[in-house]
Amino acid sequence: MTTFENTIEASNLTKSFGKNVAVNDVSFQLKKGEVLGFLGPNGAGKSTTMRMLTGNLAPTNGDVRICGIDIISEPKKAKALIGYLPEMRPLYKEFTVNEYLTIAARFHKVPSPKIKKALEEAKERCGLSHMSKRLIENLSNGYQQRVGIAQAIIHNPEIVILDEPTVGLDPIQIREIRKLIRDIGKQHSVIISTHILPEVEMVCDRVQIIDNGKLVFHGSIDDLKAQRRGNKLLVGFSKAPALSKLKKIKGVDRVEDADNGMFRFHFKDKYLPAEEIVNLSVKEGWGLYHINMDVTSLEETFVNLTQTS
Amino acid sequence: MIINVARKELKSLFASPMGWIILSILMFGFGTLYLQGVNSYFEVMSGAVRPAERVGVTIYVGSQIYSTALFLLSVTTPMLTMRLISEERKSQTMPFLLSAPISLTEIVVGKFLGLVIFLSILVIYIFAMLSTLNIWADIDFGYLIGNSFGFILLIASFTALGIFFSSLTNQPIIAAITTFIALVSMVGLGSYFASDPSHWFNYISMTKHYQSFTRGVFDSADIVYYLLFIVTFLTLTVRRLDSDRLRG
Repeated sequence: MTTFENTIEASNLTKSFGKNVAVNDVSFQLKKGEVLGFLGPNGAGKSTTMRMLTGNLAPTNGDVRICGIDIISEPKKAKALIGYLPEMRPLYKEFTVNEYLTIAARFHKVPSPKIKKALEEAKERCGLSHMSKRLIENLSNGYQQRVGIAQAIIHNPEIVILDEPTVGLDPIQIREIRKLIRDIGKQHSVIISTHILPEVEMVCDRVQIIDNGKLVFHGSIDDLKAQRRGNKLLVGFSKAPALSKLKKIKGVDRVEDADNGMFRFHFKDKYLPAEEIVNLSVKEGWGLYHINMDVTSLEETFVNLTQTS
Repeated sequence: MIINVARKELKSLFASPMGWIILSILMFGFGTLYLQGVNSYFEVMSGAVRPAERVGVTIYVGSQIYSTALFLLSVTTPMLTMRLISEERKSQTMPFLLSAPISLTEIVVGKFLGLVIFLSILVIYIFAMLSTLNIWADIDFGYLIGNSFGFILLIASFTALGIFFSSLTNQPIIAAITTFIALVSMVGLGSYFASDPSHWFNYISMTKHYQSFTRGVFDSADIVYYLLFIVTFLTLTVRRLDSDRLRG
């Protein structure tokens, strides 16, 4: 197979249900060996986008190329390159783990002699080896989720798409699933959707925030972190001086009173007035007890991004 | 790929109690009919004075079984076909099939074949049961083969109709009820117009086309009727699933 730099190329994806536009003109690329986080509030269009990427839903407009293959004109070829775990796990509960994964392997055209090996590998990676003969129905929530993931990676696809893979799991299971996703990300391109922000920070290389069907942010994790820093310092004085005095400090744009002797200093780009403030405080005896970068939480960044659109 | 879908369907039929229960009820029903047929044969035939009323044991027992099959099947197939698509929808497993590299036609035909193969167990069972008559009588195998063939066509067309109704809803029970109504009307259509055998309603009735097989007659028109019936409903099912993909 020829190699492609972009495993997924989605251009101008639009999906409307009647008058309601669920996804509006979304374009993005997924590079090889990259974990992309799809972020957005509930009902933003994450799952709809994923359903279009996997050929479960036809877009109203735009197209999707999987390793250069158009999913609408050549669905079979394109689908063979994707492993997909929808939000609702598509598990046949009357089967055992082995039976279910064998069916998944056959459906994804794993040649019969290799099925056994593929099964062992997928179970090993998802920590399911000791559950082989258990009925899926009797497995716990976390283990069912692992079966879902195993099903998505059994044919060693180029792209793995996981829709909210950690929803409803306990903290230990979440950690294990995240580790698993990072592992998968070493060999495959991965898209995960979530609305848990720290998860994105831990797992993803690149983030995409979608709101109301529109892409409002995309960039690397560092870009997202840069968004949240801002030019602000939070400073605390036990014997606070008048606000006008503080404003005169070199480089300070404006000062906000943040209660309890705390002040928020907004400063000019690339001019950090921290040293000045400390020196002045010592000289004038203001009783400085706290100085720190004022970091907006990821949540706030997220809210800012999704509400400005 | 069609084979793989059919295999999965068969596997899940045997993994659930529903398949076993229906199979055993049907076998019990056919077994009882067989037993009664054999028991009453001599009694009835010794009462038949005119030679024209006398029929062979194959036809006497066979016709009872095969004509009842029509009725028994229209009750039981809806319970099996309802699972095919609407239950997959209900339990959200449809994406598993749709995101695999399988076409919609392969999915539908695979599911159809899986259930037809499952119900064909009955055809083999009835054939074997009637063949045991051969131990003490000289039975008419041509008649048996003709009937078995007709029976398979009947199963296939019932299944095709059932899978279509199953694709219309995501409530398995509703699928079962609508399939049952449709089957009963298809089968019963003829009896409403029995006085006018040339009426076109009579012509599209399933019973009329099945009757020639129960007499052991291979009529190509009947075979074409069943094949068209099957192809029509399978195509409609594929169309229906495709429109789901398009409209979401």
